[in-house]
Amino acid sequence: MYQYNNFDHAFLVERNAQFRAQVARRLSGELTEDEFKPLRLMNGVYLQLHAYMLRVAIPYGTLNSAQMRQLAYLAERWDKGYGHFTTRQNIQFNWPKLSDIPDMLDALGEVGLHAIQTSGNTIRNVTADHFAGAAADELADPRPVAELIRQWSTDHPEFQFMPRKFKIAITGSPNDRAVTRAHDIGLRMVERQGEIGFEVIVGGGLGRTPMIGKVITPFLSQADLLPYLEAVVSVWNQIGRRDNKYKARIKITVHEHGIDEIRRLVDARFAEVRPSFSGVDQALLADITSQFAQPEFRDASTEGFEAARASDPVFNAWADTNLTAHAQPEHAIVTISLKAHGATPGDASAEQMRVIASLAKRFGYDELRISHEQNVILPHVHKADLPELHGVLKEHGLATANIGLISDIIACPGMDYCALATARSIPVAQQIAERFDSLKLEHDIGPLKLKISGCINACGHHHVGHIGILGLDRAGVENYQITLGGDHTQDAALGARTGPGFAYDEIVPAIERLVMAYLDIRESRAETFLETYRRLGLAPFKAALYSKVQAHAAE
Amino acid sequence: MNPQVITANALVEGDVVYLSAKGAWARSLIEAQVYTDAALAQDRLAAASARSGEVVGVYLMDVATETGAPQPKHFREDFRQTGPSNKFHGKQADAQE
Repeated sequence: MYQYNNFDHAFLVERNAQFRAQVARRLSGELTEDEFKPLRLMNGVYLQLHAYMLRVAIPYGTLNSAQMRQLAYLAERWDKGYGHFTTRQNIQFNWPKLSDIPDMLDALGEVGLHAIQTSGNTIRNVTADHFAGAAADELADPRPVAELIRQWSTDHPEFQFMPRKFKIAITGSPNDRAVTRAHDIGLRMVERQGEIGFEVIVGGGLGRTPMIGKVITPFLSQADLLPYLEAVVSVWNQIGRRDNKYKARIKITVHEHGIDEIRRLVDARFAEVRPSFSGVDQALLADITSQFAQPEFRDASTEGFEAARASDPVFNAWADTNLTAHAQPEHAIVTISLKAHGATPGDASAEQMRVIASLAKRFGYDELRISHEQNVILPHVHKADLPELHGVLKEHGLATANIGLISDIIACPGMDYCALATARSIPVAQQIAERFDSLKLEHDIGPLKLKISGCINACGHHHVGHIGILGLDRAGVENYQITLGGDHTQDAALGARTGPGFAYDEIVPAIERLVMAYLDIRESRAETFLETYRRLGLAPFKAALYSKVQAHAAE
Repeated sequence: MNPQVITANALVEGDVVYLSAKGAWARSLIEAQVYTDAALAQDRLAAASARSGEVVGVYLMDVATETGAPQPKHFREDFRQTGPSNKFHGKQADAQE
């Protein structure tokens, strides 16, 4: 992975010193909150419901064990002993004091981490496929390009005060795990006549006006990437709406002007910008790419793995759900579930972080990934090591075998923490997971993406969940709307609303009715929830959701 | 008018605070001064908002006073005075210390 050079370290030290001085001036009264707020947001500091929150970037979801250990240290030293991994491959600390945050940032800087541009109207942390650099289905590792984009976008002088935030996601696999069609810019690596370039998608996004992104160019050469990104952001920075923050994102700009006009403007701007890129960026990319060389994969027998699968049903069930095919057939990609039934999705205690760090060091070539689905990944583990690794995970509550199942829920912090939320998300996720665990049905139900947001900003990606839940405030009471048929992959689709929402104590039974209906009407066990929905549409699910309510109303 | 109290977040800790009758920032809703006079409430809100070296985000919140002590009328304010529901952290835990 990328190692910070002297320039990077010096940049972070200087930036952190600036922020330390800004905090001191705020605490002494020299800066008002209005003056300070944009400065703290540029450094990932929010004021939430109960406390400040520090959002730390995990660039394109990649970490090493030393960085994970440092996150554990921050959690214990300045927070309440845990951290929350988010749908943007960041980690959030929910309880820091403002006066401690400069020390936290210095501690992060020691291991090459920061919170720069994790908030504010800037280009945010670039996200990527969480199996990048390991997946069997990958065309190329997208992380060197993601790192190049991180360096280009960090402190970019033209892009610090934009109409709104701007998010870029990248995948190197045709099986899109990075939700590229719901980002301001989505990049999909594609091959044309032996050359790897990018399909560029613009104007996707969720939030109050969800849109699936549109292809602005089907193939862009690697050498043209940065000037093209600069052209897209530059065009939007100029014509994007600043009169209304709800219409400021590029998805609205693309919608209002049309993709053809945006393409024309971007091409014109690209022609202006391209000559200023002399090739330095490509030299830099070559240097970055060399730092993402594959580890020297060890060679060993996989007999022990096969034997454990045959003899240990718990291990076998975990291997079925939590392993993904690695480019090296003797290795596997391990997803460590942060979704133990009844636990808060995405939360990890400091102890769990240290355990995961030591497993990465011992079995995983010192590499870790964080997924937008709020789990941790060991991208390279030899199959011979899996039984022992599984044993350690079990001891620390990290061996839940539920990846891709109904209890592997994405949930935003919701009203338990977030100042923007209109309803709780976490307890709904906890109760759904516990309910289906007690029914012992989730393996029978099979692949199902359930995603919960506690407000229309949609941090919980509910629009692209097979089942989406949106928590709202209806006349001072929590109310939950259900959407069905969303899809976050290369076949991205927005879910359709089923009808009226459900009260807090009605939402879990409603989800249960929905899933029971699926079990009744699916053609076979092989037909997934999404496939059944696509075959039959909303009607049978609406009947399951509302027939009881309607019968009740008719009484 | 509905009974109201003045609330904000403390500048250093970010913790929820309420303006007391003595003009101090109290950590517990029970200590909050309840206003039933709209003009007085607006006057105190303006004064409290000027204390930007102590607090952030000052506003008036509706309360119920039927039981004597002020109680939040909206569930958001109930979470603010209690803490998150998934972990025993925040004010609910502080109250036990």
